[in-house]
Amino acid sequence: MATVQERFDAIVVGAGPAGNAAAFTMAKAGLKVLQLERGEYPGSKNVQGAILYADALEKIIPDFREDAPLERHVIEQRIWMMDDSSHTGMHYRSEDFNEEKPNRYTIIRAQFDRWFSSKVREAGGIVLCETTVTELVKDTKGNVIGVLTDRHGGPLLADVVVMAEGVNGLVGQRSGLREELKPDNVALAVKEMHFLPQDVVESRFNLKGDAGVVIEAMGTITKGMTGTGFLYTNKESVSIGIGCIVSDMAKSGIKPYNLLDSFKQHPSIAPLIAGSEVKEYVAHLIPEGGFRAMPEIYGNGWVVAGDAAHLVNAVHREGSNLAMTSGRLAGETIVWLKRRREPCTSVNLAEYKKRLEDSFVLKDMRKYQKIPALLHGNRQLLDLYPRMMSGIAQTWLRVDGKAKTAKESEIFKSVRKQRGLAGLVADGLRFARAWR
Amino acid sequence: MHIVVCIKQVPDSAQIRVHPVTNTIMRQGVPTIINPYDLFALEEALRLRDRLGGTVTVLTMGPPMAEDSLRKALGIGADRGVLLTDRFFAGSDTLATSYALSQAILKIGETWGVPEVVFTGKQTIDGDTAQVGPGIARRLGLQQLTYVSGISEVDLAGKSITVSRRAEGGVQELKTALPALITMLEGSNEVRRGSIVDVLRGARAELVTWNAQAAGITEMGNCGLRGSPTVVKRVFAPKARATKAVPIETRERDAETIAEDIIAQLYATQPALEAELLRTAAGY
Repeated sequence: MATVQERFDAIVVGAGPAGNAAAFTMAKAGLKVLQLERGEYPGSKNVQGAILYADALEKIIPDFREDAPLERHVIEQRIWMMDDSSHTGMHYRSEDFNEEKPNRYTIIRAQFDRWFSSKVREAGGIVLCETTVTELVKDTKGNVIGVLTDRHGGPLLADVVVMAEGVNGLVGQRSGLREELKPDNVALAVKEMHFLPQDVVESRFNLKGDAGVVIEAMGTITKGMTGTGFLYTNKESVSIGIGCIVSDMAKSGIKPYNLLDSFKQHPSIAPLIAGSEVKEYVAHLIPEGGFRAMPEIYGNGWVVAGDAAHLVNAVHREGSNLAMTSGRLAGETIVWLKRRREPCTSVNLAEYKKRLEDSFVLKDMRKYQKIPALLHGNRQLLDLYPRMMSGIAQTWLRVDGKAKTAKESEIFKSVRKQRGLAGLVADGLRFARAWR
Repeated sequence: MHIVVCIKQVPDSAQIRVHPVTNTIMRQGVPTIINPYDLFALEEALRLRDRLGGTVTVLTMGPPMAEDSLRKALGIGADRGVLLTDRFFAGSDTLATSYALSQAILKIGETWGVPEVVFTGKQTIDGDTAQVGPGIARRLGLQQLTYVSGISEVDLAGKSITVSRRAEGGVQELKTALPALITMLEGSNEVRRGSIVDVLRGARAELVTWNAQAAGITEMGNCGLRGSPTVVKRVFAPKARATKAVPIETRERDAETIAEDIIAQLYATQPALEAELLRTAAGY
């Protein structure tokens, strides 16, 4: 049987935000790029909330707003601390977000990724779908020189392989470049798309035109597990989901769909999705182990970007922008090396990590490196505090003939009883130290 | 031997939703696929080619984005892709489609040799008419073999072909003269997975793109909406029926009591039913 004889400048594994950013950057610069995607089409396997952060994409495709499939630009952010019957919220809504070039958008990934991939093709990249990379091909010295796929026709060779295969990182794992994911470092999120007519979405969330609202929620909705819930408005639907750390889920035995069901039935959420029709149900893993869970991200003939490199900022719910930026920087590094006629050795590809360090990506990853462990070891932060806040708010707001001084002392007493002064101070210190 | 396979790019019906408010089909964002029945035709064509030598030309009519389906077909192993695209073809029914395709097949014949066999799928999953294949056969004067489940023999020298055809109550073994048109039944073979060489070639191949003029079509009145006598009167989503079963408990196990209890339950859930039945019965 015939085999592929040619050699590519770069092979990109995966057609998500990281892979597309890398492939586009390199193809646009004139490199011979081959991108391999296991899904039926780019985006068919990809899952996200999903929020698109304009800045990261603007640096790759400045005029993306002209034809990218965008749902709504975000003008209002709600952060809800929830107990079983209430939520204590912080809402921020600003007319400033109704700007000419909005900063954040809700998107539907299956559509967005297909658009992004069409840009890769337009730039001259070759994209092959339904083709799974099974492992890396190495030379006798252990340098990566190409990939093997699940199709006949032998190995595909390239000067460098960009691994953007997603959270599971199976290619890198099978090739011995990184370890298996640890249940402590990965969250399992489930999401449903609920169809609602456009005017219903707009009246329920007080919206006009393409403006949108996002809700991030935490508290007893995760049943004592480390995790968060969310609800995002799309044009004619809302995306609603919830995710928790896998090891917590394993320990509690709570089924993800049950968790989502009870989130949907919460009195603060149910009216927002009432009368809707479920369009799809998806589940995905999110690498939330932070900086300390990151694998090695470059070597002889290879770099890693996006979820596969564990680049997710769980605190700010950012991931796709880190993916796109890491993909772009990987691509730019390779283009830079090619132009200088330098080989893609580990020493030279260290430039990729340096560029990541200089960008917000690794700065943010470093800043929040202690947060995953903090949340994991201090469940009260996600369980007790939302309940306490709800209790305080109720005592404060309910008019029942009690004197205000009595109410205040009732609040202090309940807080001390629930956590104790020492506990409160310790939590505050722990949090401040992890945040710094 | 030269084989032409007609394929159609269709929306993936598994992913189509009906708009709950307007009741229209929501096409936006629905991925497209090669009509699944056509894949069995393509695979059978490739097997004939592999066995007897020759080339397989894949032909599709559709908007420019139908190019994806041709590249996919090349990735499975076809040799050549022809895209027939022109705004004059918009709105074609099966009559106009079979006209345009048959003209393009004539042009393909002039350009790369007259095909011995033309394949189509049994039908498409979006139109479901199964008319285009027979229409092409009629227009080109080809022997027509529909619902074929297997090809037993091809005699190129003697210009004959023997196939199995699924018919009501059994399988027919049919022999006829070449050239012939075959509409292929689903499940009759297993579609191969192209090698990495094939998919690379498919991704980069120069496709042949013809508009009406390039395909040698002169009778524009036979094309598109003008050439389509079929009128779509209304598209609607059938009402969802409640299919939940309700267990009915009966007092005794004898037929009469069971019937009484069932009827009582029916009347209980549909109060208007008893009066209506009585009114109808009064006429007798």
